[in-house]
Amino acid sequence: MCTWIIHHANLMGSGKGTTGWFPIEQANVAYDHPADAPLDHAVLIDFVNADMGPAARVAVELSAQSARGLVQAILNALDDGEKQHAITDQPTPLLVHSSFVD
Amino acid sequence: MLYPPMTGETIEITGFNNDKIDAYLARPSGAGPYPAVVVLHHAPGWDEWCMEATRKFAHHGFAAICPNLHHRVGPGSAEDMAAAVRDRGGMPDEQVMGDIQGAVNFLATQTYHNGKTGVIGFCSGGRQSYLAACKVTGMAAAVDCWGGRVWVPEEDRNGKPAAIDFTGEMSVPLLGLFGNDDQNPAPAQVDLIEAALKKNGKTYEFHRYDGAGHGFFATDRPGYRPVQAVDGWKKVFAWYDKYLG
Repeated sequence: MCTWIIHHANLMGSGKGTTGWFPIEQANVAYDHPADAPLDHAVLIDFVNADMGPAARVAVELSAQSARGLVQAILNALDDGEKQHAITDQPTPLLVHSSFVD
Repeated sequence: MLYPPMTGETIEITGFNNDKIDAYLARPSGAGPYPAVVVLHHAPGWDEWCMEATRKFAHHGFAAICPNLHHRVGPGSAEDMAAAVRDRGGMPDEQVMGDIQGAVNFLATQTYHNGKTGVIGFCSGGRQSYLAACKVTGMAAAVDCWGGRVWVPEEDRNGKPAAIDFTGEMSVPLLGLFGNDDQNPAPAQVDLIEAALKKNGKTYEFHRYDGAGHGFFATDRPGYRPVQAVDGWKKVFAWYDKYLG
Protein backbone atom coordinates (compact mmCIF):
# COMPACT_ATOMS: atom_id res chain seq x y z
CA MET A 1 0.00 0.00 0.00
CA CYS A 2 1.02 3.61 -0.39
CA THR A 3 1.09 4.88 3.16
CA TRP A 4 2.08 8.50 2.49
CA ILE A 5 3.54 8.48 6.02
CA ILE A 6 6.27 11.11 6.15
CA HIS A 7 8.03 13.15 8.81
CA HIS A 8 10.71 15.79 8.54
CA ALA A 9 13.75 16.89 10.52
CA ASN A 10 15.73 20.06 9.91
CA LEU A 11 19.40 19.21 9.73
CA MET A 12 22.72 20.97 9.55
CA GLY A 13 25.53 19.00 8.03
CA SER A 14 26.80 17.50 4.81
CA GLY A 15 25.95 14.48 2.72
CA LYS A 16 27.85 12.75 -0.03
CA GLY A 17 25.77 12.26 -3.14
CA THR A 18 26.57 11.01 -6.61
CA THR A 19 28.53 14.15 -7.46
CA GLY A 20 30.28 14.71 -4.14
CA TRP A 21 29.58 16.46 -0.87
CA PHE A 22 26.77 18.96 -0.53
CA PRO A 23 25.10 20.76 2.40
CA ILE A 24 22.21 18.83 3.96
CA GLU A 25 19.31 20.87 5.29
CA GLN A 26 16.56 18.33 5.88
CA ALA A 27 15.80 14.65 6.37
CA ASN A 28 12.56 13.30 4.93
CA VAL A 29 11.64 10.17 6.84
CA ALA A 30 8.90 8.02 5.30
CA TYR A 31 7.49 4.57 5.90
CA ASP A 32 6.39 3.46 2.46
CA HIS A 33 7.33 1.42 -0.63
CA PRO A 34 11.10 1.13 -1.06
CA ALA A 35 12.61 1.44 -4.52
CA ASP A 36 15.33 -1.14 -3.98
CA ALA A 37 15.31 -2.82 -0.54
CA PRO A 38 13.66 -6.27 -0.76
CA LEU A 39 10.79 -5.28 1.52
CA ASP A 40 7.13 -4.40 0.98
CA HIS A 41 7.58 -1.37 3.21
CA ALA A 42 10.64 0.24 4.70
CA VAL A 43 11.85 3.29 6.55
CA LEU A 44 12.95 5.60 3.76
CA ILE A 45 15.29 8.38 4.74
CA ASP A 46 16.25 11.05 2.22
CA PHE A 47 18.89 13.54 3.31
CA VAL A 48 18.22 16.44 0.98
CA ASN A 49 18.89 20.00 0.01
CA ALA A 50 15.69 21.14 -1.68
CA ASP A 51 17.29 24.24 -3.12
CA MET A 52 19.70 22.08 -5.10
CA GLY A 53 16.99 19.97 -6.78
CA PRO A 54 15.76 16.38 -6.43
CA ALA A 55 19.14 14.87 -7.30
CA ALA A 56 20.70 16.43 -4.17
CA ARG A 57 19.69 13.43 -2.13
CA VAL A 58 21.38 10.77 -0.06
CA ALA A 59 18.89 7.94 0.28
CA VAL A 60 18.67 4.90 2.51
CA GLU A 61 15.94 2.27 2.77
CA LEU A 62 15.95 0.33 6.05
CA SER A 63 13.90 -2.46 7.56
CA ALA A 64 11.81 -1.26 10.49
CA GLN A 65 13.87 -3.15 13.05
CA SER A 66 17.21 -2.05 11.68
CA ALA A 67 15.96 1.55 11.59
CA ARG A 68 15.22 1.34 15.30
CA GLY A 69 18.75 0.04 15.80
CA LEU A 70 20.07 3.02 13.87
CA VAL A 71 18.11 5.43 16.04
CA GLN A 72 19.56 3.82 19.16
CA ALA A 73 23.09 3.93 17.74
CA ILE A 74 22.72 7.65 17.03
CA LEU A 75 21.49 8.28 20.56
CA ASN A 76 24.33 6.19 22.00
CA ALA A 77 26.90 8.12 19.98
CA LEU A 78 25.45 11.40 21.17
CA ASP A 79 25.48 10.23 24.79
CA ASP A 80 29.11 9.17 24.51
CA GLY A 81 29.99 12.40 22.78
CA GLU A 82 28.40 14.46 25.51
CA LYS A 83 30.43 12.61 28.13
CA GLN A 84 33.70 13.31 26.35
CA HIS A 85 33.14 16.67 24.70
CA ALA A 86 30.97 19.72 24.87
CA ILE A 87 28.60 19.18 21.97
CA THR A 88 27.80 22.21 19.90
CA ASP A 89 25.83 22.65 16.70
CA GLN A 90 27.68 25.80 15.82
CA PRO A 91 29.78 25.36 12.69
CA THR A 92 33.42 26.23 13.07
CA PRO A 93 33.89 29.72 11.70
CA LEU A 94 36.24 30.06 8.80
CA LEU A 95 39.11 32.30 9.89
CA VAL A 96 41.80 32.98 7.35
CA HIS A 97 44.94 34.98 8.02
CA SER A 98 46.65 35.47 4.73
CA SER A 99 49.78 37.33 3.91
CA PHE A 100 51.52 37.68 0.66
CA VAL A 101 53.97 39.79 -1.18
CA ASP A 102 52.86 41.11 -4.50
CA MET B 1 3.46 -16.95 -35.53
CA LEU B 2 5.26 -13.64 -35.77
CA TYR B 3 5.54 -11.08 -33.01
CA PRO B 4 4.66 -7.68 -34.45
CA PRO B 5 7.27 -4.92 -34.40
CA MET B 6 6.73 -2.06 -31.99
CA THR B 7 8.20 1.34 -31.34
CA GLY B 8 8.99 2.86 -27.97
CA GLU B 9 10.05 6.43 -27.40
CA THR B 10 9.91 9.31 -24.97
CA ILE B 11 7.83 12.16 -26.30
CA GLU B 12 6.52 15.45 -24.98
CA ILE B 13 2.81 16.03 -24.49
CA THR B 14 0.77 18.96 -23.27
CA GLY B 15 -0.60 18.36 -19.81
CA PHE B 16 -2.33 20.37 -17.10
CA ASN B 17 -2.04 24.12 -17.45
CA ASN B 18 -0.56 23.61 -20.93
CA ASP B 19 2.66 22.41 -19.30
CA LYS B 20 4.90 20.23 -21.43
CA ILE B 21 5.61 16.92 -19.74
CA ASP B 22 7.50 13.78 -20.75
CA ALA B 23 5.59 10.65 -21.67
CA TYR B 24 6.69 7.20 -22.78
CA LEU B 25 4.85 5.99 -25.87
CA ALA B 26 4.91 2.37 -26.98
CA ARG B 27 2.80 1.13 -29.87
CA PRO B 28 2.69 -1.41 -32.65
CA SER B 29 4.68 -0.09 -35.59
CA GLY B 30 1.91 -0.51 -38.14
CA ALA B 31 -0.65 1.96 -39.41
CA GLY B 32 -3.40 0.75 -37.11
CA PRO B 33 -6.05 1.43 -36.20
CA TYR B 34 -5.19 0.47 -32.61
CA PRO B 35 -7.04 1.00 -29.35
CA ALA B 36 -5.12 3.10 -26.84
CA VAL B 37 -4.34 2.97 -23.13
CA VAL B 38 -3.04 5.63 -20.76
CA VAL B 39 -0.82 3.94 -18.17
CA LEU B 40 -0.55 5.69 -14.79
CA HIS B 41 2.64 4.88 -12.96
CA HIS B 42 2.80 3.93 -9.29
CA ALA B 43 4.04 6.05 -6.38
CA PRO B 44 7.67 4.88 -6.77
CA GLY B 45 7.64 6.84 -9.97
CA TRP B 46 7.97 6.75 -13.75
CA ASP B 47 10.23 3.76 -13.48
CA GLU B 48 11.43 0.82 -15.51
CA TRP B 49 8.62 -1.52 -14.47
CA CYS B 50 5.99 0.96 -15.59
CA MET B 51 7.72 1.26 -18.98
CA GLU B 52 7.70 -2.55 -19.21
CA ALA B 53 3.96 -2.51 -18.51
CA THR B 54 3.51 0.14 -21.20
CA ARG B 55 5.38 -2.01 -23.72
CA LYS B 56 3.25 -4.99 -22.69
CA PHE B 57 0.20 -3.14 -23.95
CA ALA B 58 1.97 -2.39 -27.24
CA HIS B 59 2.83 -6.07 -27.54
CA HIS B 60 -0.87 -6.84 -27.19
CA GLY B 61 -1.83 -4.39 -29.94
CA PHE B 62 -2.49 -1.17 -28.03
CA ALA B 63 -0.97 2.27 -28.42
CA ALA B 64 0.07 2.90 -24.83
CA ILE B 65 1.30 6.10 -23.27
CA CYS B 66 2.69 6.59 -19.78
CA PRO B 67 2.95 10.27 -18.83
CA ASN B 68 5.53 11.24 -16.23
CA LEU B 69 3.20 12.59 -13.58
CA HIS B 70 6.25 13.65 -11.54
CA HIS B 71 7.76 15.66 -14.39
CA ARG B 72 7.36 19.04 -12.75
CA VAL B 73 9.62 18.30 -9.77
CA GLY B 74 12.48 17.39 -12.11
CA PRO B 75 14.84 17.25 -13.73
CA GLY B 76 16.15 14.16 -12.05
CA SER B 77 16.00 10.40 -12.05
CA ALA B 78 12.62 8.70 -11.64
CA GLU B 79 13.58 7.71 -8.09
CA ASP B 80 14.69 11.21 -7.14
CA MET B 81 11.55 12.76 -8.55
CA ALA B 82 9.40 10.18 -6.75
CA ALA B 83 11.20 11.00 -3.49
CA ALA B 84 10.53 14.71 -4.01
CA VAL B 85 6.85 14.05 -4.67
CA ARG B 86 6.67 11.80 -1.61
CA ASP B 87 8.04 14.64 0.49
CA ARG B 88 5.23 16.88 -0.80
CA GLY B 89 2.57 14.31 0.07
CA GLY B 90 1.75 13.48 -3.55
CA MET B 91 0.47 15.57 -6.42
CA PRO B 92 -2.65 17.71 -6.74
CA ASP B 93 -5.52 15.73 -8.26
CA GLU B 94 -6.41 18.62 -10.55
CA GLN B 95 -2.92 18.56 -12.03
CA VAL B 96 -2.93 14.78 -12.50
CA MET B 97 -6.36 14.82 -14.15
CA GLY B 98 -5.11 17.54 -16.48
CA ASP B 99 -2.08 15.46 -17.42
CA ILE B 100 -4.25 12.40 -18.08
CA GLN B 101 -6.60 14.50 -20.20
CA GLY B 102 -3.56 15.70 -22.13
CA ALA B 103 -2.49 12.10 -22.80
CA VAL B 104 -6.02 11.17 -23.93
CA ASN B 105 -6.14 14.20 -26.21
CA PHE B 106 -2.74 13.36 -27.68
CA LEU B 107 -3.83 9.83 -28.54
CA ALA B 108 -7.08 11.05 -30.08
CA THR B 109 -5.15 12.98 -32.73
CA GLN B 110 -2.95 10.08 -33.84
CA THR B 111 -3.69 8.48 -37.21
CA TYR B 112 -3.08 4.99 -35.82
CA HIS B 113 -5.74 5.36 -33.10
CA ASN B 114 -9.07 3.54 -33.38
CA GLY B 115 -10.86 6.22 -31.38
CA LYS B 116 -11.17 4.30 -28.11
CA THR B 117 -8.93 4.96 -25.11
CA GLY B 118 -8.72 3.27 -21.74
CA VAL B 119 -6.83 4.16 -18.60
CA ILE B 120 -5.07 1.88 -16.13
CA GLY B 121 -3.24 2.78 -12.95
CA PHE B 122 -1.23 0.94 -10.34
CA CYS B 123 -0.96 1.75 -6.63
CA SER B 124 -1.49 5.53 -6.34
CA GLY B 125 -2.16 5.38 -10.07
CA GLY B 126 -5.07 3.05 -9.35
CA ARG B 127 -6.76 5.77 -7.36
CA GLN B 128 -5.98 8.26 -10.11
CA SER B 129 -7.50 5.87 -12.65
CA TYR B 130 -10.69 5.68 -10.57
CA LEU B 131 -10.80 9.46 -10.41
CA ALA B 132 -10.06 9.78 -14.13
CA ALA B 133 -13.02 7.50 -14.84
CA CYS B 134 -15.10 10.20 -13.13
CA LYS B 135 -13.38 13.35 -14.37
CA VAL B 136 -11.55 12.82 -17.69
CA THR B 137 -13.44 12.94 -20.97
CA GLY B 138 -12.88 10.96 -24.14
CA MET B 139 -12.29 7.56 -22.52
CA ALA B 140 -14.09 4.24 -22.97
CA ALA B 141 -12.87 2.06 -20.03
CA ALA B 142 -10.84 2.20 -16.85
CA VAL B 143 -8.83 -0.23 -14.72
CA ASP B 144 -7.97 0.35 -11.07
CA CYS B 145 -5.16 -1.89 -9.83
CA TRP B 146 -5.19 -1.81 -6.01
CA GLY B 147 -5.60 1.92 -5.77
CA GLY B 148 -5.37 3.00 -2.14
CA ARG B 149 -7.28 5.87 -0.57
CA VAL B 150 -10.20 5.75 -3.01
CA TRP B 151 -12.18 5.59 0.19
CA VAL B 152 -10.79 7.75 3.00
CA PRO B 153 -12.05 7.79 6.59
CA GLU B 154 -13.73 11.03 7.59
CA GLU B 155 -11.06 11.91 10.15
CA ASP B 156 -8.30 11.80 7.50
CA ARG B 157 -9.96 13.94 4.86
CA ASN B 158 -9.04 17.40 6.13
CA GLY B 159 -12.26 18.71 4.61
CA LYS B 160 -11.43 17.37 1.16
CA PRO B 161 -13.55 14.90 -0.82
CA ALA B 162 -12.28 11.40 -1.54
CA ALA B 163 -12.32 9.79 -4.99
CA ILE B 164 -15.25 7.60 -3.96
CA ASP B 165 -17.37 10.75 -3.56
CA PHE B 166 -17.26 11.27 -7.34
CA THR B 167 -18.51 7.78 -8.22
CA GLY B 168 -21.80 9.21 -9.48
CA GLU B 169 -19.84 11.03 -12.20
CA MET B 170 -18.11 7.86 -13.44
CA SER B 171 -18.63 7.73 -17.19
CA VAL B 172 -16.83 4.52 -18.20
CA PRO B 173 -16.93 0.88 -17.06
CA LEU B 174 -14.42 0.07 -14.33
CA LEU B 175 -12.35 -3.08 -13.77
CA GLY B 176 -10.81 -3.43 -10.31
CA LEU B 177 -8.07 -5.85 -9.26
CA PHE B 178 -7.20 -6.24 -5.59
CA GLY B 179 -5.14 -8.44 -3.29
CA ASN B 180 -6.95 -9.73 -0.26
CA ASP B 181 -3.82 -9.32 1.88
CA ASP B 182 -3.59 -5.61 1.02
CA GLN B 183 -4.10 -3.10 3.82
CA ASN B 184 -4.81 -0.12 1.57
CA PRO B 185 -7.22 -0.86 0.09
CA ALA B 186 -8.13 -3.50 2.65
CA PRO B 187 -10.92 -5.89 1.63
CA ALA B 188 -13.40 -3.96 3.78
CA GLN B 189 -12.52 -0.78 1.87
CA VAL B 190 -12.98 -2.58 -1.45
CA ASP B 191 -16.44 -3.55 -0.16
CA LEU B 192 -17.25 0.13 0.35
CA ILE B 193 -16.05 1.04 -3.15
CA GLU B 194 -18.08 -1.78 -4.66
CA ALA B 195 -21.14 -0.63 -2.71
CA ALA B 196 -20.73 2.89 -4.09
CA LEU B 197 -20.52 1.57 -7.65
CA LYS B 198 -23.65 -0.54 -7.13
CA LYS B 199 -25.52 2.31 -5.50
CA ASN B 200 -24.75 4.57 -8.47
CA GLY B 201 -25.64 1.93 -11.04
CA LYS B 202 -22.16 1.81 -12.58
CA THR B 203 -20.79 -0.94 -14.80
CA TYR B 204 -17.90 -2.61 -13.01
CA GLU B 205 -16.11 -5.89 -12.44
CA PHE B 206 -13.98 -6.57 -9.36
CA HIS B 207 -11.56 -9.47 -8.92
CA ARG B 208 -10.03 -10.09 -5.52
CA TYR B 209 -7.06 -12.41 -5.19
CA ASP B 210 -6.21 -14.58 -2.22
CA GLY B 211 -2.50 -14.90 -1.45
CA ALA B 212 -1.73 -11.47 -2.89
CA GLY B 213 -1.15 -8.12 -1.29
CA HIS B 214 -0.37 -4.72 -2.74
CA GLY B 215 1.35 -4.39 -6.10
CA PHE B 216 1.30 -8.07 -6.99
CA PHE B 217 2.03 -7.37 -10.71
CA ALA B 218 5.42 -5.81 -9.91
CA THR B 219 7.94 -8.43 -11.06
CA ASP B 220 10.83 -6.58 -9.41
CA ARG B 221 9.32 -6.47 -5.92
CA PRO B 222 8.90 -9.12 -3.21
CA GLY B 223 5.12 -8.73 -3.42
CA TYR B 224 5.05 -10.21 -6.93
CA ARG B 225 2.61 -13.12 -7.18
CA PRO B 226 3.04 -14.79 -10.57
CA VAL B 227 -0.10 -16.92 -10.62
CA GLN B 228 -2.37 -14.07 -9.55
CA ALA B 229 -0.56 -11.60 -11.82
CA VAL B 230 -0.89 -13.77 -14.92
CA ASP B 231 -4.61 -14.14 -14.29
CA GLY B 232 -4.93 -10.42 -13.54
CA TRP B 233 -3.31 -9.42 -16.84
CA LYS B 234 -5.74 -11.71 -18.65
CA LYS B 235 -8.61 -9.90 -16.93
CA VAL B 236 -7.16 -6.54 -18.02
CA PHE B 237 -6.84 -7.52 -21.68
CA ALA B 238 -10.28 -9.14 -21.72
CA TRP B 239 -11.71 -5.91 -20.31
CA TYR B 240 -10.06 -3.75 -22.93
CA ASP B 241 -10.90 -6.17 -25.75
CA LYS B 242 -14.52 -5.81 -24.68
CA TYR B 243 -14.64 -2.03 -24.41
CA LEU B 244 -11.85 -0.74 -26.66
CA GLY B 245 -11.95 -3.24 -29.52
